[in-house]
Amino acid sequence: MGLENLLLGFQVALTPFNIFIAVIGILLGTIIGVLPGLGGANGVAILLPLTFTMPPTSAIILLTSIYWGALFGGAITSILFNIPGEPWSVATTFDGYPLAKQGRSGEALTAAFTSSFVGAFFSIVLITFFAPILAEVALKFGPPEFFAIQLLTFSSFVGLGGGNPLKSLVTILLGFILATVGLDIVTGQLRLTFGFTDMMKGFDFIVAVIGLFGIGEILLSVEEGLKFEGAKTSMNMRVVLDTWKVLPRYYRTFVRGSIIGFWMGFKPGGATPASFMSYAFAKRFSKNADRFGKGELEGVVAPETAAHAAGVAAMLPMITLGIPGSPTAAVMLGGLIIWGLQPGPMLFVDNPDFVWGLIASMYTGNVIGVVMVLAFVPFFAAILRVPFAILTPLIVVVCAIGAYAVHNSMIDIWYMLIFGVIGYVFKKLDYPLAPLVLALVLGDLAENALRQSLIMSQGSLAIFFTRPIAGAITAAAVFFFVLPIITPWWRRLKVSPAPASQTPLH
Amino acid sequence: MRTADLVTAALLMALGGIVIYDAVRIGVGWGDEGPRSGFFPFWLAALMVAISAAIIIQALVSRSKKPFVTRDRFVPVFKVLAPIAGFIVVTDPPGPWSGLGLYVAGGLYLGFYMRWVGRHDWRSVVALSFAVPVITFFIFETWFLVPMPKGPVETWFGY
Repeated sequence: MGLENLLLGFQVALTPFNIFIAVIGILLGTIIGVLPGLGGANGVAILLPLTFTMPPTSAIILLTSIYWGALFGGAITSILFNIPGEPWSVATTFDGYPLAKQGRSGEALTAAFTSSFVGAFFSIVLITFFAPILAEVALKFGPPEFFAIQLLTFSSFVGLGGGNPLKSLVTILLGFILATVGLDIVTGQLRLTFGFTDMMKGFDFIVAVIGLFGIGEILLSVEEGLKFEGAKTSMNMRVVLDTWKVLPRYYRTFVRGSIIGFWMGFKPGGATPASFMSYAFAKRFSKNADRFGKGELEGVVAPETAAHAAGVAAMLPMITLGIPGSPTAAVMLGGLIIWGLQPGPMLFVDNPDFVWGLIASMYTGNVIGVVMVLAFVPFFAAILRVPFAILTPLIVVVCAIGAYAVHNSMIDIWYMLIFGVIGYVFKKLDYPLAPLVLALVLGDLAENALRQSLIMSQGSLAIFFTRPIAGAITAAAVFFFVLPIITPWWRRLKVSPAPASQTPLH
Repeated sequence: MRTADLVTAALLMALGGIVIYDAVRIGVGWGDEGPRSGFFPFWLAALMVAISAAIIIQALVSRSKKPFVTRDRFVPVFKVLAPIAGFIVVTDPPGPWSGLGLYVAGGLYLGFYMRWVGRHDWRSVVALSFAVPVITFFIFETWFLVPMPKGPVETWFGY
């Protein structure tokens, strides 16, 4: 039955127009991934207003293709320029850049793209099988379960996100508060507008993403005084084929990376820890552990496989539960709402051509993507050689166009600038930005789920604990929320009776 | 770093206070159809005030002497920020005045930044600040049909 649906999806994804859309998306996405200040989330946000008039399936194919492209593009900057475009590309620089300096950039890039492809493919196959099952389970969910899942989503930022848990909590709350500004659709009440008509529209997540990730990132990179000193690329068919002959040797790393990536990836913020964890495992089990960090091909394979497996896995909760696993998925979820689709398990019932078209396009998009990046690496690398004084204003103008296009209003461009400054300050002070964006996108959904649950229970919060599924999920969420408190306490307990053993990776 | 941390947390706390004020005004309790509009914002803001307070305590205890940003590192940041603000004002200033539109302002901004920060030669400055707005104009206005703020120049060409 699943295969039948997948075939239906391929009929949608393989129309000439949708293939064309995928090619354009991957091209744009790779450029976006290569450029500093334009990550996946931001690129998708800028282009989202351009998709309002498209059919939803083509629109989501465009946006997901941009995402795949941005994931591939991140590897190019990490290996050739030692600049991780995204946090999950950091581990790729460890061995990728040394390889490039030794003149083996072709091998490193081929290995990176191939492992990205393998990791992504692994996750897509799992999504194909698990998504319908998960959606079926989720169909039985009521408002309390959905609110509990929201809690779990945000608790994992606090418990697993690293960083300062208090600051993660504050950014989540800030995102939710910004989402409440404007008209309350349930009661028709204006909230937090203080009589200003401009405030009535509220804060759009697209503008916030463009400001926080786009402008904020530019400010950070000029402060750090980034200089692009790229290694030369030597890509040709021979190098690609020669590398492919070597790669099967690392099949264990591929499998391990894919599993780690998928497992970490469908939880929010999972891609970055997944890439580091995969790298650490590869190093531990490798015979050449001492060569890691000095230019070992396996050190490129491990993080790239995991990061892409995680990046794709982030789509699973988005299409089945309506909960995005990453900021980019959050922006896409916002797109779904704008295109008039109801995110969540009902998608599989009401819009099977959309869901299966999307899943099928993950296959086609990644195949097209790996071919395109392998073929056009020198072109993409050349983009970073455009002088900084030209690149910066270009990116700013594109960001401004994206922000303005959301509501055709000037105030949004100002908001973009303000969010840019907030993004810069928050990044410097270790306030994470991803939870803020997620909360801003999910704000209305979360509030409605909470309200409906409370109406069901006549105001008692016990409903989140007494219903069996909601109770289990809430319990897990509570565990993650208190994890930062109990971890140091637990460590002390373990240290005092026996000499400290090695810190486990989990 | 510590001062910036304190200021940010204090600002967040003040914001929480404003939200609580507004939430109380529209009602935080139980209305005819379940929780009133102020219910959700009120609890969010109350939590935010409490956690900001904890962050302030955390920052007071810490002994970080690292400055938030040094003067010479802030100069390039300012050199990016100020022209962006200028670009927005020239596009369409707040208030009753009308601006030059996004394309002309974008071209001027690109040219200005290239010359001021990049010190590119005048030929490429003029060429790019002419070509980029024209290309983006055709991409967005005619291909994607998203209207951007326009000014006298576009009107003069009949758009």
